[in-house]
Amino acid sequence: MSERPKAAPYLLAGPTALVFLGLVLIPLAMTVLLSFYDWGQYKGIVPEWTLKNWREMVADDYFASVFLRTFRIAILVTLACVAIGVPEAYILNRLSPGWRSVSLLAILGPLLVSVVARTLGWALLFGSTGVVNQGLMKLGLIAAPLPFMFTETGVIVTLTHVLAPFMVLAVWAALQRLDPQVENAAGSLGASAFTTWRRVILPQIVPGVLSGSVIVFALAASAFASPAIIGGRRLKVAATLAYDEFLNTLNWPLGAAVATLLLVALVAIIVGSNRLIERRYAQVFE
Amino acid sequence: MSRNGSLATAFHLLFVTFMLAPLAIVCAVAFTPEGYLSLPTNGFSLRWFRQILAYPEFLRAFWASLWLAALSSTIAIALSVPAALAIARYRFPGREALTALFLSPLMVPHVVLGIAFLRFFTQVGLAGTFTGLVLSHVIVVIPFALRLVLAASYGIDARIEHAAVSLGASPMTVFRRVTIPLILPGVVSGWMLAFINSFDEVTMTVFVASPATVTLPVRMFLYIQDNIDPLIASVSACLIALTAVMLLVLDRIFGLDRLFVGAGKG
Repeated sequence: MSERPKAAPYLLAGPTALVFLGLVLIPLAMTVLLSFYDWGQYKGIVPEWTLKNWREMVADDYFASVFLRTFRIAILVTLACVAIGVPEAYILNRLSPGWRSVSLLAILGPLLVSVVARTLGWALLFGSTGVVNQGLMKLGLIAAPLPFMFTETGVIVTLTHVLAPFMVLAVWAALQRLDPQVENAAGSLGASAFTTWRRVILPQIVPGVLSGSVIVFALAASAFASPAIIGGRRLKVAATLAYDEFLNTLNWPLGAAVATLLLVALVAIIVGSNRLIERRYAQVFE
Repeated sequence: MSRNGSLATAFHLLFVTFMLAPLAIVCAVAFTPEGYLSLPTNGFSLRWFRQILAYPEFLRAFWASLWLAALSSTIAIALSVPAALAIARYRFPGREALTALFLSPLMVPHVVLGIAFLRFFTQVGLAGTFTGLVLSHVIVVIPFALRLVLAASYGIDARIEHAAVSLGASPMTVFRRVTIPLILPGVVSGWMLAFINSFDEVTMTVFVASPATVTLPVRMFLYIQDNIDPLIASVSACLIALTAVMLLVLDRIFGLDRLFVGAGKG
């Protein structure tokens, strides 16, 4: 489609490709290799091949419990985001343009605020000295602060808040491709509002819901700052566990093994579900 | 003109409240006159904002973040423009693989990237340096820059450039006078989105930053790990105010929905 020489695209994309080779592929490969190295309290990292770290992760129930918690939190956050994000996207799509742009600012704006500040907000709301707990206790509605900090519920609520905008965006994009006449047609043929929703709208936005779910799940499973702040030192997830091994215990090979497992599990889940979505809903993707 | 019922409107209001409540509470607590966490029920006070000045590490971290974000998003754009033009203009072997590679930092958990950079920089002697920090941020923000530049590049009518060539323009002139102006909106919004993402990045930066090169979100994260007090609320409130201003500017220039629908999909 162009008379320019064949080398042009490689010359254009070449520098970026080299940067990615040097700064993404090689460091990631080094991390995977590191997970097969030996480590000792006094000898440090020893570049000798061993399956010690991987065996330790399999043998010690602690690692299984952390990964189970990570994926349990990610699944519940995804479900919560579907439950509130899908109806919100639908409502957003039916707002008048003026209200819609104001609402979009309110819903998408928080995406641009540092996740540390957003998590701090939840800690201020529901911490033991938090505003909601203090208020409820002053009113005499509760005797002790509601447990929120250092609980899985707290982490799930915070991550739902952090990630819900991604679900709204994904579903909203799907809704915009919808022909509003189809909805009117269903209504004029005698379908109730609920039937129209279930039989006409929902089937068409399922791909949007699924792709939003994949994004939310992946981000929830690899979340770091929110679980670290709300979950504290004891309620570990995969990301905070890897952080601990790296910066507190200094057992880098074990931390690298945790990170590698998280990466492999997530890539498998993302690629697998994308395949499934594309095969199942091929006709919807043009 | 809403066609939503009252139930739907109530849900909408609840949802918006849910999204804004944590940010509102941070801003409210920041104005407390008390020495502990509380709502400013006994009048407003700026004492915790003045207190920020007594903690130069927050200010230093802020300037470091600003420099870091400006540098890394500029480098990311410089790498994204040629890459986007190659992907949008040509069909060549390896095109899909390259696109997937350039967008891969979105899919790799940032904690894994942080570990990979820490390991790599330690081996090559860049650990704890500002250079290492910039390099790692360039990688993390390239997908955001690339996507918006890519979207703009797909929209170019190749005939305009052919017209310039047939009128005797050199390739450099075509690039400078025709191509760049056509993709400029994508370049500017890509740069801004890259800037914001670099400025906010905490998960990967926690691994790469040293005490000498710490960024504002990392400084805030480490502070919160120790204790939560009105000071951190006032720092966060400043950050929220700053973001709100940028948000309004972005919305005015590009429209928020366009920026995100181009960017929000993984």
